[in-house]
Amino acid sequence: MSDTTQNGPVLAADGTPLKRSLAKALRMQKIRALMLIAPLLLFILVTFILPVGDMLFRSVDNRIVQEVLPTTVSALETWDPASSELPGEAVFAALAVDMKAAAEAKVHTKVAKRLNYENPGLSSVFRKSGRKIKKWDVENEGPYKERLIELNDGWADIELWRTLKTYSGKRTMGYFLNAVDMKLGAEGVTVRPEDERIYNTMLIRTMRMSLIITFSCIMLGYPVAWLLANLSTRSANMLMILVLLPFWTSLLVRTSSWKILLQQQGVINDVLVWIGIVGDDNRLVLINNELGTIIAMTHILLPFMILPMYSVMQTIQPTYLRAAKSLGATNWTAFWRVYFPQSVPGIGAGSILVFILAVGYYITPALVGGTKGTFISNLIAYHISTSGNWGLGAALGAILLAVVLVLYWVYDKIVGIDNVKLG
Amino acid sequence: MSALPPYATTGQRVWFYSFRVICGLIFFFLIAPIVVIIPLSFNAQDFFTFTPEMLRLDPEGFSLKHYRDFFNNDSWQSSMWNSLKIAPMATIVSVTFGTLAAIGLSQPHVPFRRAIMAILISPMIVPLIISAAGMYFFYSRIGLQGTYFGVVLAHAALGIPFVIITVTATLVGFDRSLTRAAANMGADPVTTFFRIQMPLILPGVISGGLFAFITSFDEVVVVLFVGSAGQKTLPWQMFIGLREQISPTILAVATLLVAISIMLLATVEMLRRRSERLRGMSPS
Repeated sequence: MSDTTQNGPVLAADGTPLKRSLAKALRMQKIRALMLIAPLLLFILVTFILPVGDMLFRSVDNRIVQEVLPTTVSALETWDPASSELPGEAVFAALAVDMKAAAEAKVHTKVAKRLNYENPGLSSVFRKSGRKIKKWDVENEGPYKERLIELNDGWADIELWRTLKTYSGKRTMGYFLNAVDMKLGAEGVTVRPEDERIYNTMLIRTMRMSLIITFSCIMLGYPVAWLLANLSTRSANMLMILVLLPFWTSLLVRTSSWKILLQQQGVINDVLVWIGIVGDDNRLVLINNELGTIIAMTHILLPFMILPMYSVMQTIQPTYLRAAKSLGATNWTAFWRVYFPQSVPGIGAGSILVFILAVGYYITPALVGGTKGTFISNLIAYHISTSGNWGLGAALGAILLAVVLVLYWVYDKIVGIDNVKLG
Repeated sequence: MSALPPYATTGQRVWFYSFRVICGLIFFFLIAPIVVIIPLSFNAQDFFTFTPEMLRLDPEGFSLKHYRDFFNNDSWQSSMWNSLKIAPMATIVSVTFGTLAAIGLSQPHVPFRRAIMAILISPMIVPLIISAAGMYFFYSRIGLQGTYFGVVLAHAALGIPFVIITVTATLVGFDRSLTRAAANMGADPVTTFFRIQMPLILPGVISGGLFAFITSFDEVVVVLFVGSAGQKTLPWQMFIGLREQISPTILAVATLLVAISIMLLATVEMLRRRSERLRGMSPS
């Protein structure tokens, strides 16, 4: 029996010092909590985090050139791309060996495709030569330099060799540079000519339109959130349904509805013609442009703005407004100097959420955006599924992801992820 | 602002009513695009606007033909069944893992809680096209691309943030002394979980499950990349329909989906109010 007057550490019932016993209990608690979380964490890691990481890796991956043309790459090491002379016979001989092996394994088209992204036209040189080199005896049919150039004069083009040398490493920044409209050549990084700059334009357009959408959501969401926060609970709950129903309705339903409404022969134009605001022969073009994307996405993202605003405004005491007014403030001053500053956290939370969701949108811009109202996501989808330039798609994706993650971090710092409101 | 005081000036009255009109218009903007689909889906013609017959409320102008199309068309029917096969499985997976993790996360001492939370919520934040592209590459590598199982796993990952958010929110109000009392009376942790904790957090779990269900049921980007023709879901079919030749059958499908959303929303709202009442949080 431990006594309070006794010296030495306080002991638990089983005789161990209480401090150690408590620490053990705390450790057990932590382990138990982690054991409960572990299955999900593992699940998310395998089904989600690894796939995203895999995609990001593709944006710098350039192993294909070394894998297909290993001896050529090592033979090229001594060649100086700045010189105006073609590489020597040894390099051409190595190329013949590599190309024959690649053509037999049918992988020469892969490297052709890879280098074609950097220097359009290279693809045909590789493809055409590959077909014929297959029949060569690469051991003793030199000289290969003349024979290759005879086969396809593309091999005499020094730019081809410069491209091959520049992109012979296992990793490349080439995709990222392409994604920001720059180019990695033998002479270093250069900015692409004005008429080839599409990705920056797209990135800026995505940001600009997302900002416009966020701003429209603030303008439309603020009054509604204010009304909801100041009505009686019963009426607020009723009106809340009107905010939550769009939130629960399928994205495709809302997008198809806008597609139908905004058509030139659609309901909105019909109503405008019927009222007489626009003539029947010059109906408004509301779809397949920026305007269509902005209208539809504002509608789709508005609930994400209203919900956080509402939950912040609910906590603002109406007595502050009354106090301000009784001290002589006008309605406007009371709102602007007393109410509005307290509602800023709600605006901030809603804005970051809406902006994050908007920059990554794919479906709605693809369906109502036409060519002028598409986002960076649409371009990523194009590169992944249609053009096959996965590295460039991955680099664009990495840039988009970086923007989103920075905002996610800010959101976590300001609002806390636990406080996301879902109705 | 809940009511206008009797001493309000004319200016205040004008502002009061015009503010309500503005709010009414915004509510109209929110709800009209969803509601307008419903009457249009009963159009007897293949138009996407109201015909003169419909405006006269002439019964001739209305018909169920787009609904008949939907129920008799093989590709629509198979896509509906695919959706109904994928969404419940994905929901079960995300609810099982999600609820366990949410309980773990609401323990008083969790190391790295913030970082873990950030990772678990990330599928909701990362742009869908990035998740879809990543899953496409990764799942192809491990042989899951184009399989039912692959789509279920992908959708389960997307649904997890919703389960985590709703269940942790429910657990905030959970009284820990109840589990201690159960343990004190000799119940083992499993019994305590199923007999004490689960019934009390069930409303939150069901809401989370409904969120996960609707996430999978509405999802189109990931299934476009991870699925193959054998997993063509309803949203996928709608997406193709909207991009290529838009057929009025889409209106009927959209109306049915709106009906489903209304049912799910009503259930979630009922559960939310019930759990707030149980926890004594509702002011009413």
